[in-house]
Amino acid sequence: MTWNDTLRTAVFALRGNWMRSTLTSLGVIIGIAAVIVMVSVGQGTQAEIDKMVSGLGANRLDISSGAPNTGGIRGGAGSQATLTDGDALAIREQIPEVQYVAAGTRGNAQIVYAENNWSTNWQGVQPDFFEINGWKIGAGTGLEPGDYTSAAKVVVIGETIRRELFGEEDPLGQSLRIGKVPFRVVGVLAPKGQGGFGQDQDDVIMVPLETARRRLTGASGAPPGTVRQIALGVTRSEDLSFVQEEVEALLRERHKIAAGAEDDFSVRNISEIVATRTQTTRIMSLLLGAVAGISLIVGGIGIMNIMLVSVTERIREIGLRMAVGAGPRDIQRQFLTEAMLISFGGGIIGTLIGIAGALLAGKLGSLPVLLDWHVVALAAGCSVATGLFFGFYPARKAAQLDPIEALRHQG
Amino acid sequence: MTDATPIIQTEDLRKVYSPGTQAEVKALDGVNLRIDRGEFVAIMGASGSGKSTLMNVIGCLDRPSGGRYLCDGVDVASLDAESLARLRLEKIGFVFQGFNLLSRMDALHNVMMPLGYSNTPLAERTERARAALEAVGLGERAHHRPGEMSGGQQQRVSIARALINQPALVLADEPTGALDTRTSAEVMKLFEKLKAQGQTIVLITHEADVAHHADRICVMRDGKLYEGEHGLGAVA
Repeated sequence: MTWNDTLRTAVFALRGNWMRSTLTSLGVIIGIAAVIVMVSVGQGTQAEIDKMVSGLGANRLDISSGAPNTGGIRGGAGSQATLTDGDALAIREQIPEVQYVAAGTRGNAQIVYAENNWSTNWQGVQPDFFEINGWKIGAGTGLEPGDYTSAAKVVVIGETIRRELFGEEDPLGQSLRIGKVPFRVVGVLAPKGQGGFGQDQDDVIMVPLETARRRLTGASGAPPGTVRQIALGVTRSEDLSFVQEEVEALLRERHKIAAGAEDDFSVRNISEIVATRTQTTRIMSLLLGAVAGISLIVGGIGIMNIMLVSVTERIREIGLRMAVGAGPRDIQRQFLTEAMLISFGGGIIGTLIGIAGALLAGKLGSLPVLLDWHVVALAAGCSVATGLFFGFYPARKAAQLDPIEALRHQG
Repeated sequence: MTDATPIIQTEDLRKVYSPGTQAEVKALDGVNLRIDRGEFVAIMGASGSGKSTLMNVIGCLDRPSGGRYLCDGVDVASLDAESLARLRLEKIGFVFQGFNLLSRMDALHNVMMPLGYSNTPLAERTERARAALEAVGLGERAHHRPGEMSGGQQQRVSIARALINQPALVLADEPTGALDTRTSAEVMKLFEKLKAQGQTIVLITHEADVAHHADRICVMRDGKLYEGEHGLGAVA
């Protein structure tokens, strides 16, 4: 029998039992759709984390002044200025694994240029800050070494600030005001886009730390020489935990904190958090993939079940077909084709539902979704394989029927 | 094959079920049968006489356990299931007592069904099936399903199906067993017409008046085949 005829015969047989065929393929539909949605969301989340990691800059530690919990009053990290320039210097000198050190402070102010203004957080930074955070200067020179020592009134602005304040104008060399203090723009940062947590990473403005201390935080009354945070860049990611311990020990010693007393600073290891989150996502997508895979197997078993029923119901038909000249191969091929049609049909519908579901999850559930065409093709391929695998046994059973017995079969 | 080749030639044909046990049955016990092209032969016998087994072997549905069977010159002993199927496709048209039509298909599709296995092009299939239905007088019933036809009509459809591949042999197993006298006569007239056209027919029946339509009657009894109706007397 030609493939064309086999296909036509199979379609005819399935149409005769369309309700049953549809219900059977439902298992595959759900399985395939689940695989596609799960994997798409999993991959989307992974991509988001990857983006977040690259946005944060890898291998970093963040030290904030003030304990997360001081005397029962939660002040929030960085709320008290207990860290000093000396701490930053000591870390640089005493812990060789640390590659970059940047002490910093920050505050909120209204930024004004001509008739435009914009409220944002400014940051007082040291030179290594740009390396640690992976910032690149897009235009202009950026902050020069001399600017840090002389506390020059110069700023580097992020893309968002450039857009909001300057629009079409070239900001370089222009003068803007942070609060009441005028600054000269010496650089625009290359845009980073949206961060992993959905925040605008380009809504930043940076001045030299010394300038910030003298011109911007004067009113807040922070003791001279103090900073709110110190960011560290470590050469190798394996050293992160070790460096964290070293830093904690060093700062406790410098701050003369007795054993058992609470730290007046906190060290955060963001890379570790990210790594944990990556791991979690990976396990989650693996689990979801496994669940989807199991549902595909269940769908396959459904096909096998229905095909066995179908073979039993049609024993006389099989006997007749054999009597008029159908060989075992013809019979096997026919039932295999029926099983594959059910599963492949289910696969196609499942793929469409899966794609729609993934897009919908991205839109309505605001989940990160990454549709990978390889996955879609793989899922469709899986549906064919399911039909082949689970259709094989019933088809073989049909092919091995004895034509005499089959013809004599009652019912 | 030349016209001189017998359609069926068996030599000492044997079929034993459950050999070597208490339940051993010699369904065929040395059957010698020769049927030439164009003959219309009836094989009679009571149930259990081995006539069904003979029909299965002659119809290439089953292989003998001993002896030789040449179907239109082809020795079936060495053939596997696949080759037997091919042989049935090319040489044999079956007519069954219970018609064995597929209820979901109309008459035309039932008749053309065997042609699918011989890879006949679709257009030719339809044409030949239509012609076969005309030949059995059911040209205008082509799109009726079996459920919409009388028993006699259904049997004529199944005869059309048996003829569709121009078989060397039409093998009819109790073709009138499920029909009343009037429709039986209709069907038998059709067999006579086929015989007149030179079709070789083997008819298996236990009804003497049906058997009398044939040129030659053989009787099966206890696994042995007797020529002529006188063998029947011994049964009765």
